[in-house]
Amino acid sequence: MPGLKEMRALCDRLVALVLALGVFAAAVATSRATPYDDALARFTADSFAETIEGINRLVASGNPLAAIVIGALQDGRLFFSAATKRVFIKDTSERWLDAADGRPIVGAAPADLAPVRLNNRLRGIVAAALGSLTLMSPDPARRLEAARAVFKSHDPNALPALDQAIAKETDARVKQALLEARASVILYLDSASDPDKIEAIGMIRQRGDQEALALLGGLPGSTSAPVKKAAAEAIASIENGLAVWAALQNMWYGLSLGSVLLLAAIGLAITFGVMGVINMAHGEMVMLGAYTTFVVQEVIRARQPALFDYSLAIAIPAAFVVAGTVGILVERGIIRFLYGRPLETLLATWGLSLILQQSIRTAFGPTNKDVGNPSWMSGAFELGQITITNNRLWIIVFTLLVFAGLLGLLRFTRLGLEMRAVTQNRAMAASMGIRTSRIDALTFGLGSGIAGLAGVALSQIDNVSPNLGQGYIIDSFMVVVFGGVGNLWGTLLGAFTLGIANKFLEPYAGAVLGKIIILVLIILFIQKRPRGLFALKGRAVEA
Amino acid sequence: MSDGLAAIANLFGRALDRASIAFLVTLAVVAAVVPLLNLAVPATSPFHLSSYFVALFGKYLCYAILALAIDLIWGYCGILSLGHGAFFALGGYAMGMYLMRQIGTRGVYAHPILPDFMVFLNWPELPVYWYGFDHFVYAAFMVLFVPGVLAFVFGWFAFRSRVTGVYLSIITQALTYALMLGFFRNNLGFGGNNGLTDFKDILGFNVQAPGTRAALFAASAFALMLGFVICRVVVSSKFGKVLVAIRDAEARTRFLGYRVEAYKVLVFTLSACMAGVAGALYVPQVGIINPSEFSPANSIEAVIWVAVGGRGTLTGAVLGALLVNYGKTYFTSGVLAPYWLFVLGGLFIAVTLLLPRGVVGTARHWWREWQARRVAASTARNGALASEASASAHAAE
Repeated sequence: MPGLKEMRALCDRLVALVLALGVFAAAVATSRATPYDDALARFTADSFAETIEGINRLVASGNPLAAIVIGALQDGRLFFSAATKRVFIKDTSERWLDAADGRPIVGAAPADLAPVRLNNRLRGIVAAALGSLTLMSPDPARRLEAARAVFKSHDPNALPALDQAIAKETDARVKQALLEARASVILYLDSASDPDKIEAIGMIRQRGDQEALALLGGLPGSTSAPVKKAAAEAIASIENGLAVWAALQNMWYGLSLGSVLLLAAIGLAITFGVMGVINMAHGEMVMLGAYTTFVVQEVIRARQPALFDYSLAIAIPAAFVVAGTVGILVERGIIRFLYGRPLETLLATWGLSLILQQSIRTAFGPTNKDVGNPSWMSGAFELGQITITNNRLWIIVFTLLVFAGLLGLLRFTRLGLEMRAVTQNRAMAASMGIRTSRIDALTFGLGSGIAGLAGVALSQIDNVSPNLGQGYIIDSFMVVVFGGVGNLWGTLLGAFTLGIANKFLEPYAGAVLGKIIILVLIILFIQKRPRGLFALKGRAVEA
Repeated sequence: MSDGLAAIANLFGRALDRASIAFLVTLAVVAAVVPLLNLAVPATSPFHLSSYFVALFGKYLCYAILALAIDLIWGYCGILSLGHGAFFALGGYAMGMYLMRQIGTRGVYAHPILPDFMVFLNWPELPVYWYGFDHFVYAAFMVLFVPGVLAFVFGWFAFRSRVTGVYLSIITQALTYALMLGFFRNNLGFGGNNGLTDFKDILGFNVQAPGTRAALFAASAFALMLGFVICRVVVSSKFGKVLVAIRDAEARTRFLGYRVEAYKVLVFTLSACMAGVAGALYVPQVGIINPSEFSPANSIEAVIWVAVGGRGTLTGAVLGALLVNYGKTYFTSGVLAPYWLFVLGGLFIAVTLLLPRGVVGTARHWWREWQARRVAASTARNGALASEASASAHAAE
């Protein structure tokens, strides 16, 4: 229920603001027949026209209470007493405040209190008024927010406040937003001259996002021809710019998908490369990793909730060990009896995958499990006009780390050396004294362990269910087949190519058709290069 | 002319050994007796077979044809296709389209031309590829033609570029996966997610009627017999010997001058056509065809039927399909349902590890060993007798 939580936070903040301003208001003497009092009096007339006037005067008064009064009006917490001609605010803790000085009233509230009524037109005005009031807020973030609100509403009433705010603004970012907001107001102001409007269009064009496009596209029909022309040009240029951004966004999605594919496929590539074994249960190793994450999080939630942010750091080695151990057991128990019979291995591991899936279903139930994001992985930020979610970013980083780690292991450790030797020439490696059966078991364990790591990552972006692995297995095969066997760089290139191609096809062909096209392209590609992009050469190929 | 006839007779004579004929006779008896027990015996009699039973075993017979098709390429040519369900489903869709067109105005929307789902999805008119499916002969032709052409094109590309072994298995799997995704789409014009269903008539007979079901059962049994004979003829001919050579040593066969690709494409296409027929018979009996028939899991399951029965033994493929599917029905219809996947998974592992020849293959292996031992024993005894005789002759001298 994030919505509820945010609302509550907002309410708390409002209360604090009301109280703070109340104290502030108490400090300034308030007993003058000011424009502020005059404005308040208009709310007691119970007429929409008078209320509008009241709002405009409140804004012009510059009184710090104005924002509170209008805020109360927006929330339906502003009441008036027709008899005493006074206005009251009901604060969030149900106390009555006198709108004239912002202090709680002494004694009972008047008997004839009635809410100040609003209609839709008024609501718009209220929102704009609040926007222009907050333009002067001491908090730059609120000023920025207000400027953006005005940009969207292009309410002409905000113009004086904008001009004032621009003159005083020191923060460059807020100033830019204010200038853009002013440009949007001018663009829609009937009284503004054409050159002013065209200048405003130039300003908006520089902004170049979807909102600017909406603003320019929504110009009324009465706009003069030169302005229309300038707007059309600006729209064209913004659309070009947006297309570039959209391509970049697709690129990002593609990288993200590619990293997921890479994580899922690396393990497969190793076992296939070294042992020539297609492990159909590979997807289930991924699933085991995801469920390990789930179990780790459950234990942490129950015992040490404070550690929740570190749950993934605990889950990563745990998943590696769990999946790796299962992998070694599988190799020792099933696969080693089937060497030289790759098709039978394929069938046996498929059977294994059914058993693993059903075991998990029996143990944890068929429903999706809730695996949480640690706080440092949730959220998103904007880079230019593309949105980057933190969890995807971390997964890319994690994938590259795993890839680099694996590359290092293959290149710099004894195990890696022996694995490469067995990949290249099993018989020769054996005659050099390498215990190939031990290497096979360790390789299979390593590949499965990496699948477990992939499970940890996938648990952050996908549903954790017994079918988790099934969704990735065919894609992982495609990556391995496309990239070529026995070469991790091929897998890397294959994964990212497929990921990016998939995401670039999606907008044109739709997700499903995009996938079909990719599959067909791979089937055709296999015809040209039956052993992938980076094929091993030499005797190992025919072995 | 008579030479040709003699050659054909010779071919059949060689193809149909005693075991094959026994198998065919059994099937023929089943094809005759099951419908009889269903239709002619009153429901109260203990010998009566329910229509449910007939439909269920009719379905198994279709699976058996699919198993036969897989065994032909896997058992005799070493091509492990993990996408044979695709050809099965395509045949099924061709038949389903015919059955859809037979509904006529009896659909929910009572549209004179368009099937219900097209009315529902606002299709303006019948797509061109649906033309002709109101004729049974055309539909029956498409049942063979569509899987055949797909298999030919796919096989021609794949085998010509020498995609073999696990690579071929994986891309056949990708093929059926892609088809599944495609058929799930509504705008392909095959009913999308829901597939084709609510069939009414086949050749003017109500598909639900017991008589039609019994006839479909008999037709499935007959198709299985025909498929078996074709496979026997293929594998016992010279062509079949080359297939086995390709299975056992592809490179060597190529070096001997055989065009391996041509053999493979031909047998792959034949097998796909058989799978298509199986699908076409399957659809009217189960009453629905939808894209999940394309799912890779189905195709792999079909492979395990063959493995259980014994790859490279045609009777084994049929027996495996019947056994595994009966087991599946038995397990999934009772309290044991959650354990079926354990059983199926265990079957995959156990068969590959412990029984690589399959049930029939193992039985045949033992039989041959036993015979060989008997022959050896008898020759030894004869030898002993002979030497004894010569010894006594010496003594007499």
